Amino acid sequence: MIQRLRFLIAIAALLIAAAAAPQPAGATTVQRVVSPGGIEAWLVQEPSLPLVALNFAFVGGATQDPTDKPGVGYMVSSLLDDGAGELDAKAFQRKLEDNAVELRFSVTQDYFTGSIRLLKDRLEPSFDLLRLALNEPRFDADAIGRVREQILAGLRRETTDPGSIANRAWWRTAFPGHPYGRPTGGTQTSIPTVTADDLRTFAKQVFTRDTLKIAAVGDIDPVTLGQTLDRVFGSLPATGTRVAVSDAPVRDGGRRIVVQLNVPQAVVRMGGAGIMRKDPDFIPAFVVNHILGGGSFTSRLYDEVREKRGLAYGVYSYLLPMRHAAMFMAQTQTQANSTKEALELIEAQVDRMANEGPTEDELAKAKAYLKGSYALNFDTSTKIASILLQNQLDNLGIDYIDKRNGLIDAVTIEDARRAAKRLAQGGMLVTVVGQPKDLSSKEPGG
Amino acid sequence: MPINLTFSRSARAVAGWAIATALFATAVGAAPKPDIGHFTLANGLEVVVVPDRRAPVVTHMVWYKVGAADETPGKSGLAHFLEHLLFKGTALHPMGEFSKTVAFVGGQENAFTTQDYTGYFQRVSREHLKTLMEFESDRMTGLELTDAAVAPELKVVLEEQNQRVANNPRARLSEQIDAALYLNHPYGRPVIGWRNEIEKLNREDALAFYKRFYTPNNAVLVVAGDVTTEDIRTLAEATYGKVPKVAEISPRLRPQEPAQVAPRHVTLADAQVQQPSLHRAYLVPSSTTAKPGESEALEVLSFILGHGTTSRLYRTLVVEREIAVGAGGWYNGTALDATQFGVYGSPKPGVTLPKLEDAIDAVIDEVVANGVTPDEVDRAKARLIADAIYAQDSQSTMARWYGAALTTGSTVEAVQTWPDRLRAVTADAVNAAAKAWLDKRRSVTGHLIKDSQKEEKRT
Repeated sequence: MIQRLRFLIAIAALLIAAAAAPQPAGATTVQRVVSPGGIEAWLVQEPSLPLVALNFAFVGGATQDPTDKPGVGYMVSSLLDDGAGELDAKAFQRKLEDNAVELRFSVTQDYFTGSIRLLKDRLEPSFDLLRLALNEPRFDADAIGRVREQILAGLRRETTDPGSIANRAWWRTAFPGHPYGRPTGGTQTSIPTVTADDLRTFAKQVFTRDTLKIAAVGDIDPVTLGQTLDRVFGSLPATGTRVAVSDAPVRDGGRRIVVQLNVPQAVVRMGGAGIMRKDPDFIPAFVVNHILGGGSFTSRLYDEVREKRGLAYGVYSYLLPMRHAAMFMAQTQTQANSTKEALELIEAQVDRMANEGPTEDELAKAKAYLKGSYALNFDTSTKIASILLQNQLDNLGIDYIDKRNGLIDAVTIEDARRAAKRLAQGGMLVTVVGQPKDLSSKEPGG
Repeated sequence: MPINLTFSRSARAVAGWAIATALFATAVGAAPKPDIGHFTLANGLEVVVVPDRRAPVVTHMVWYKVGAADETPGKSGLAHFLEHLLFKGTALHPMGEFSKTVAFVGGQENAFTTQDYTGYFQRVSREHLKTLMEFESDRMTGLELTDAAVAPELKVVLEEQNQRVANNPRARLSEQIDAALYLNHPYGRPVIGWRNEIEKLNREDALAFYKRFYTPNNAVLVVAGDVTTEDIRTLAEATYGKVPKVAEISPRLRPQEPAQVAPRHVTLADAQVQQPSLHRAYLVPSSTTAKPGESEALEVLSFILGHGTTSRLYRTLVVEREIAVGAGGWYNGTALDATQFGVYGSPKPGVTLPKLEDAIDAVIDEVVANGVTPDEVDRAKARLIADAIYAQDSQSTMARWYGAALTTGSTVEAVQTWPDRLRAVTADAVNAAAKAWLDKRRSVTGHLIKDSQKEEKRT
């Protein structure tokens, strides 16, 4: 089912942007649990509340969509809780509700992910619903029809939403001919063509044990978790046939695309080359990005664009390391008269950081923030589960949360300068949607 | 669309805020009850402590009992503008020092404004709590503002209004619905303000508002996380305890709604609209204004009518009649004065909004005429009570529950007994609430449609 449509209409525009940084726990003890059937999960056992959160991911998200049918994986993620096994959509949804279980599936370019949050006294029936959804999804015609209409409604909205237009234009231009260039949510022409067979094929190819990673947090012991893992995931195929995805550079650095849309505030998205997660410069780059445009109220971009000049409500940058590409991204939204000024300020700050790196003082303060704030990511079960899962996907090792602050601490000013030079090397691809004054599209180098 | 829309200082708000806000409407308590501390300092500052010892971190929040609905007419947006300006420094700590300190100790911070309250918070490792309490208590009465600091921030707020409202037809419709629903009460004005009035706000307005409302006897301190009540009592007395009471606070008596006698319709047409939708708001009691049991019954009613895919609206409109892509409902009980009960739907292509509206009316008429079943009531109650257990997984959510309750006329005891009161809801009570409150004469129905004319002109 489509959560997005259903809840955002009522709850309207509460803005949230997740703190992007994975960050240390202190008291968190992570256990490696291997089920009798050989399925591994990382577990933080926390008996003080009667609930369990479990997150999992398979490699192969939207990159596994058929080339001419973007959106298949997204549609699968929307349909898994709309009927499975003997239960049709209505019966399945009713059981979810009666057991007060929260079950979510989603798809990114690289991964198909799921999360379940359940009450301990409903452990068996809750996990049984997850087992059914993954192993025996029905993809009934009426449910497909419903979800198709919901996705199309969302896509229609996106056609005049400045942020969506800017994002789509950015990805299409940065990755032409590559799966990353296709929209994860599909298109108005692709979604109507998706069949039940497409959905089943996707599930068969992607829901396989060889790439499965699992993290669990809460009131569950290792033995029970092991049995649960076998029951939920044990019958999935060992392997599947995935489409190989090539590594790709970010294309068209220096290009600017301006799309005219009749809205008072222009949306700016920009991005260039970043640094892969496994690259030794990733942590230095992560620290540098924090100084340049990271999440606190003290970054250079925040200071220059918002505090000093009042040009925008939000302005920030982030690293986006994916499996086959790495990006450095920045974004803001500002009125037509100041779009050009804001964009030039951001570009100048990125250039300055690349050329000069941060100061010693900035580096020291950023390290203090990043080390100190890591613990804030470990105060709820769902946050811990999501970090444990991400660390597995990034091949960081089960002891990473104990090592991580040491890695931040070890970043020298030379490391930071070196990493800064690598951000957006080759320029940024910029997409602007709105009616920006004195700003037009331009070719790379133009 | 709820009136308790919050406006954070930064778009980079802490993740989970939307979830927390959604949960305000539901329940607390159930399983192991946290051992809540609650006391008041000599200067009138009320303090709530929510221990959660699982991680060595704390959530530190100060809530002021002032929001957009407390503004003087003509100064809409002032409460929110002042919230932004609270980051501009004091005599003791010049501009930027507080945020730099929060960042240096690895803390996260933000602030928010609604119709009824304004809140400031930091999340930080336990050992830095005292430092932040010193800073936060200092800006309770020590704010200093220069025009040089105020001018760019007004531009920031105007950009926030662009981002949240002007660029977004659905948000603009929501403003029109609120304005039409409240004939007399200030809840009819947007929290962020009307743009023509925001543009005229200035330093003097902000300082006058600050001096009138920011005083320990008008605030609630909530600390959740790895602390004990005794720790907090000591720290609070050493920091906030030294802040003098600087203003007397009058009862929050806003102009109340007269008897509402006519259904209202508003239509917002915009070339940007590609998917039409319908949103209706009924004027209903909040948990503070309701008779005993009535708000809880409305909570259950909104769940049965509009929560998720098993709700009556979704099942009828989306699944059975296949005329909508989405449909649902909500109730925002956390408000000082009369609040809203909402229903909404998005039609499938080819289905007109009047047809969709007829279908929504039919679902509501059926509930009013024939009532809900005891089975539906039991299911709704069980699910709402379970949410309370999930809420305890987040110290921030718990802190927000108590803060929102205490700044909207509720009490610590009321939050704690919520699950018990919810359990006591009967089908008869739900049916009585439906009959009493789902009355179109007390409602506004909003249509969001495409402005085809405008688009033709453009192309």
